[in-house]
Amino acid sequence: MSDHESFYHRDRSWHPPAFTPQYKTSILRSPQYPLLSLDNTISEMTGPVFGHDRLGPLDNDLIRNFAKTGDPIGQRIIVYGRVLDENARPVPGALLEFWQANAGGRYRHKKETYLAALDPNFGGCGRTITDEEGRYWFRTIKPGAYPWPNGINDWRPAHIHFSIFGHAFAQRLITQMYFEGDPMIWQCPIVSTIPDRQAVEQLIAALDRENTLPMDALAYKFDIVLRGRRSTMFENRMEGN
Amino acid sequence: MVQKLDRLKESPSQTAGPYVHIGAMPNWVEITGVWKEDLGLVLVGPETKGERVVVKGHIYDGGGTPLKDALVEIWQADAQGLYNSPRERRGKADPHFTGWGRQPTDGVTGEYKFETIKPGCVPYRDGRLMAPHITFWIVARGINIGLHTRMYFGDEEAANAECPVLARIEHKVRVPTLIASRSEENGMPTYTFDIHLQGEKETVFFDI
Ligand SMILES: [Fe+2]
Repeated sequence: MSDHESFYHRDRSWHPPAFTPQYKTSILRSPQYPLLSLDNTISEMTGPVFGHDRLGPLDNDLIRNFAKTGDPIGQRIIVYGRVLDENARPVPGALLEFWQANAGGRYRHKKETYLAALDPNFGGCGRTITDEEGRYWFRTIKPGAYPWPNGINDWRPAHIHFSIFGHAFAQRLITQMYFEGDPMIWQCPIVSTIPDRQAVEQLIAALDRENTLPMDALAYKFDIVLRGRRSTMFENRMEGN
Repeated sequence: MVQKLDRLKESPSQTAGPYVHIGAMPNWVEITGVWKEDLGLVLVGPETKGERVVVKGHIYDGGGTPLKDALVEIWQADAQGLYNSPRERRGKADPHFTGWGRQPTDGVTGEYKFETIKPGCVPYRDGRLMAPHITFWIVARGINIGLHTRMYFGDEEAANAECPVLARIEHKVRVPTLIASRSEENGMPTYTFDIHLQGEKETVFFDI
C-alpha cells in the first residue's frame, strides 16, 4: 500500500496531553517518554467493519432499550449529527457507541457510589452506524451532572460519552459530548485537560430549536470529526524515495 | 490573509472514564437485554485458519498497580498477513477471522485475555516485512487519549530483528517492552504481554 492513504498526523496540541495533574488519575496513568512518531502502516490504515445488520431496532433508543415498566424519568432529547473527516467528507458506516448517566447523574455500574437513584427504566447505553452521508441520530434523556472523587467537590457537567470507529484503526477515538449553555463545562478538571478553548467548544452540542419535536423532545446537534486521509492527487512519487 | 485550507480539526479526545464498559460491553456489567452479546469478545471460530494462541497480560500504572477498569482493543492480520478490511488491497483475508477484539481488564485481578490466532507478516510502507504483531489500543479512566502500541512475538527473534518498525526505536533497551514471552498454559501457546504506562519499564507507545 502506498503512502497516499495515510492520515494527517494527529495534532497533539489540540488533544489533551497525557499528564494533567488537575485530573488526578492521569498522574500515574500517563506515559512519560515521548510517543514514537511513525507514519501509518497498513496495520493502522485498515480497520474493522461493522454492518448495519448488527444493530437491533432499539439500539439507538435509550428511552426504550432498557425500559421495564415505562419510560425513564428525565428530559427527552434527540442527539443527531454527522461524522466527518478532516477533509470535511462524510464518514459512512462508522460505528458509534454511547453511554451516559441517568437524569439524576447516576450510572448503572456497580462501582458507582453517587447517592442519586438508579432509574429502573434506564440502562444508559446505545449505538448506531452512520448512513451514506455520515449522519446518525439517537433518542435518550438528558443526563444529570454528577460528583466524582478527584478534588473534594468536583462535579462533571452533563455529558454523553462517545466511542467512534471510522474506517481505520488510526481513526479510533473516544470523546464526550457536552450541552450548550452549561456553566459547569468550564469548571470541570476533565474538560480542562483540553488546552484550547476552541477545541473544548468543538465538543459542545448546539441546542437546535428548529429540529425540536414539539411536545416531545429537544434536539441537540453534535458533529464529530475523525482524522482525514492525505490527498490522492499526489501519487506520482518515485518508489524508494 | 491567505486562502483557507478548508480543513476541519479532529474532535479532541476525552477520557473513556470508569464506566466505558456500559457503552462498550454492557452485558459484562450486567446491563442485559439491550443487545445480545458484547462486540469483539470472540475472534476465533472453528473455521478460522491459523495457530490458536492466547494473549494475556496486565496493564500497570506508575505505582505498579494493575488497572482494573481499562478496556483493551486489538487489531491484527490473519494467518496469511491480510487484514479483514475494505482497505486491504493485497488479497482477500480469511472470512472467518475479523481481526478485531475487545476485552476488559478483569475487575478483580486486572488481567486481560484474548483467544486469537498468530498473525502472518505484513509489509511496511517500503515493502520490507514487519515482524508479526498485534496492534493494541488502550483506554481507561485517567488516560486522556487512547494509547496505541504493538505486541510482537517472543519466538520470532529473526523477524523481530529485521522489523523496520522495531528498528525505529532509538533506545534499544526499550524494544523488549513490545515483545511478549511465549509459554504453554492448559495446552495452549500463551503470550504474556504486560503493559507499563509509566516507570522504568514504560511500554513504547506510538503516535501513529
Ligand atoms: Fe461520565
